[in-house]
Amino acid sequence: MQLTLWTYEGPPHVGAMRIATAMREVHYVLHAPQGDTYADLLFTMIERQAKRPPVTYTTFQARDLGGDTADLFKNATREAFERFRPQAMLVGASCTAELIQDDPGGLAQALALPIPVIPLELPAYQRKENWGAAETFYQLVRTLAVKPTQPREKGGQPRCNILGPTSLGFRHRDDVREIRQLLEQIGLAVNVVAPLGASPQDLARLADADFNVVLYPETAHQAASWLTRNLGQPATKTIPIGVAATRAFVREVAQLAGLDPDAAATEAQARSAWYAKSVDSNYLTGKRVFVFGDATHAIAAARVAARELGFKVVGLGSYSREFARDVREAAAQYGVEALISDDYLEVEAAITAAGPELVLGTQMERHIAKRLGLPCAVISAPVHVQDFPARYSPQMGFEGANVLFDSWVHPLMMGLEEHLIGMFRGDFEFHEDAAPSHLGGAAKPVPIALPAPEPDKQEGPAAAIPAAWAPDAEKELRKIPFFVRGKARRNTEAYALSKAVPVITIETLYDAKAHFSR
Amino acid sequence: MSAVIPIHAGSGCSDAPVLKERGQREVFCGLTGIIWLHRKMQDAFFLVVGSRTCAHLIQSAAGVMIFAEPRFATAILDERDLAGLADAQDELDRVVKRLLERRPDIRLLFLVGSCPSEVIKLDLSRAASRLSQQFMPQVRVLNYSGSGIETTFTQGEDACLAALVPVLPVSMQQQAPELLIVGALADVVEDQFSRLFNAMGLKQFAFFPSRSSTALPAIGPQTRFLLAQPFLGDTAKALEARGARRVASPFPLGAEGTTAWMQAAGAAVGLSAATVDQAITPARQRAELALAAHREQLQGKSIFFFPDSQLELPLARFLSRELGMTLTEVGTPYLHRQHLAEELAWLPAGTLLSEGQDVEKQLDRCRAARPDVVVCGLGLANPLEAEGFTTKWSIELVFTPIQGFEQAGDLAGLFTRPLTRRQLLAA
Repeated sequence: MQLTLWTYEGPPHVGAMRIATAMREVHYVLHAPQGDTYADLLFTMIERQAKRPPVTYTTFQARDLGGDTADLFKNATREAFERFRPQAMLVGASCTAELIQDDPGGLAQALALPIPVIPLELPAYQRKENWGAAETFYQLVRTLAVKPTQPREKGGQPRCNILGPTSLGFRHRDDVREIRQLLEQIGLAVNVVAPLGASPQDLARLADADFNVVLYPETAHQAASWLTRNLGQPATKTIPIGVAATRAFVREVAQLAGLDPDAAATEAQARSAWYAKSVDSNYLTGKRVFVFGDATHAIAAARVAARELGFKVVGLGSYSREFARDVREAAAQYGVEALISDDYLEVEAAITAAGPELVLGTQMERHIAKRLGLPCAVISAPVHVQDFPARYSPQMGFEGANVLFDSWVHPLMMGLEEHLIGMFRGDFEFHEDAAPSHLGGAAKPVPIALPAPEPDKQEGPAAAIPAAWAPDAEKELRKIPFFVRGKARRNTEAYALSKAVPVITIETLYDAKAHFSR
Repeated sequence: MSAVIPIHAGSGCSDAPVLKERGQREVFCGLTGIIWLHRKMQDAFFLVVGSRTCAHLIQSAAGVMIFAEPRFATAILDERDLAGLADAQDELDRVVKRLLERRPDIRLLFLVGSCPSEVIKLDLSRAASRLSQQFMPQVRVLNYSGSGIETTFTQGEDACLAALVPVLPVSMQQQAPELLIVGALADVVEDQFSRLFNAMGLKQFAFFPSRSSTALPAIGPQTRFLLAQPFLGDTAKALEARGARRVASPFPLGAEGTTAWMQAAGAAVGLSAATVDQAITPARQRAELALAAHREQLQGKSIFFFPDSQLELPLARFLSRELGMTLTEVGTPYLHRQHLAEELAWLPAGTLLSEGQDVEKQLDRCRAARPDVVVCGLGLANPLEAEGFTTKWSIELVFTPIQGFEQAGDLAGLFTRPLTRRQLLAA
């Protein structure tokens, strides 16, 4: 038993629903008790879908447990087929139905429906949502993709499939549009996008492509490896998040398509690269950032933060255990230890200990950051309704890089604003506790009687205090602009500790400053 | 002494046939009740023993509330727990111990059963009594089931309150009747009712559940209880088993419903109708005034209810009698004929009542009826809007204060708003 207040991922059958809902002409019959229909509203409310998810629930109740749950399942499946006439069906059990041990696959087979019926084995007590999505997509591909009888003719326009986008995926809708446009720009044709918007008939012609573009390994890695093994289609490895990764992605794709990689890459344009170079962004240098999310987005975000925005990555983690190794490798590059956990209290503790100035994470980290008074931007699912925006806002490709720049820098004080606050520090309407003007609305005129020796909120409670501060040294410390004060305090304390100084005086403060400025 | 409510035998829908349906149900399970119950009982903690699905459900339903160090959590069963029952009990002890160390302010802990825990027959009542022994007097541990196989949405509150009834203290008072208001109400509504009771001169009254588990109301044979919510079948039965007697009444929705409910409260403790009337008249008149504006907009409009909370019948009665709406179908997950007798009598004859659900067939009926407003859950609301229907999502009717005189206008407003919005956007 695991005590849980919040879960990053739903159960695996929700992953299966994400695939079924993303596709057309597929229907999912889920053996489940009354109440499991709650998952419908993730799609109708959070993603604001205008249609119901194509899922029929058997809705068994306590009085059914005596023996006719199997009949209930068969009736529900038959009726769903007659009503919706899908091209293919998925059948499976939710966590409770897994315990009552009806066999959805066998029961559905006995109905002898004239369409492919794919049984899903989703172990609800071991696996989670993303695994369920990956497994479902893999089973669909394995069943429906037709192996061509003769090899495809060479020549003609190179073609690829785009694999991975699902329903309830973070910015999947716009990522697909952005990447499709990019691929078409360099001379590729997109054969099938799946599962988002694909029908079973579309899956049947996956083999008509030369290779696969894997956008989200969490959902598509398994299916793509099967396609590599069985149809000889190579798959892309680069995730095109950020300018550099997008360029690398273009090269990789061009190579797979037999196009000139250099010619393809010259088209590359993104405003974010210039924005990051502009002098206003100087203040972003070395900003401490903590990154958490699914493995794909967390790894990509850390790379963009460090290499394209000049932040310092002070924490990197993911709830995707399936990709823990990749996250650990990435974390090693920034000299931090990866946090692999699905316990948000653990994440909260890690953020507190790392004392970042910006948090990039999921909906949960947004709330943790709010509680700790830290700026934050969302980079990964799970997300709430506001992160399924009406406007175009991909994460991938060059427009994606622009979106990342805006949405990550926005919660921070912009350079000029920070500079002004440094200059007019203590001014009654322009003080360090004022939220950025674009976030907190009007600054509340706060009396400037600054509470005297109080630890800076930027360093976080976990920073142990090794030596006491003399009052005048504390006062001197407050003269240092607040956005570097946390660092100054940490450095001074570390210095005092290393020199075994019991009380930090003004002398110690400036000794430390000199020591660290070498 | 129920002469205050003129009910004639055979009137309204009292003897109307009810369409009983079975099939796919688009409803919440009883676990959802935790979301408003934990707000009401401020020193209680709700620990669901279930699967990741249960945790996911509560977090989806609770929205952002989950972050304020909420007083609910899920002990997620894993493979090891499914292997052997003895082990699961030990695991539960470990989780509860850790939880109570973390939250020393908790006085009442509910172990809430779910579908998985019911199906594997994990004995939560035994666990509750064992843990109670261990942690009393600091913490009392109780259990109830909020599973989908046994409870629908608001029935979770019924199961929770019914579990609490046996631990209510015995009232020492022997003569004059005491009034107990049963069903979680918003604090603001509770305070309004208290003021009206005081104005009536009603001295001995209490609310159940109480805001603190250390101040539970006492009950005994002189207790008269009045239901504030229509979904409390088991709680009523448990109260009756302890000698308390139910006071029949329509539910306090709208000016008329609240008047009848107040009259029933007064009559139960021997107050005259005139005394009650005098105390409530100003509030009743305010409510009627507030409703007038909405009546203009809703008069003659038709409405269709999908089943959700068991509030459907009282709401339909309010909308038809006080606002002039036409009822097409009124669906309810469960129809307690005895508790809803007064409501049934007030419903217009010929209303189609349905109990249970086969959602696809009900959607077909809804499309054929083409109602002006559809009351339904969030899973159906946007898809129906996309088909051109105006919807009112039903869960809001459970989370918003709607009972009593001062809320009558707000309640009507919940139904006029989607219509107004549709007009505005079409213009």
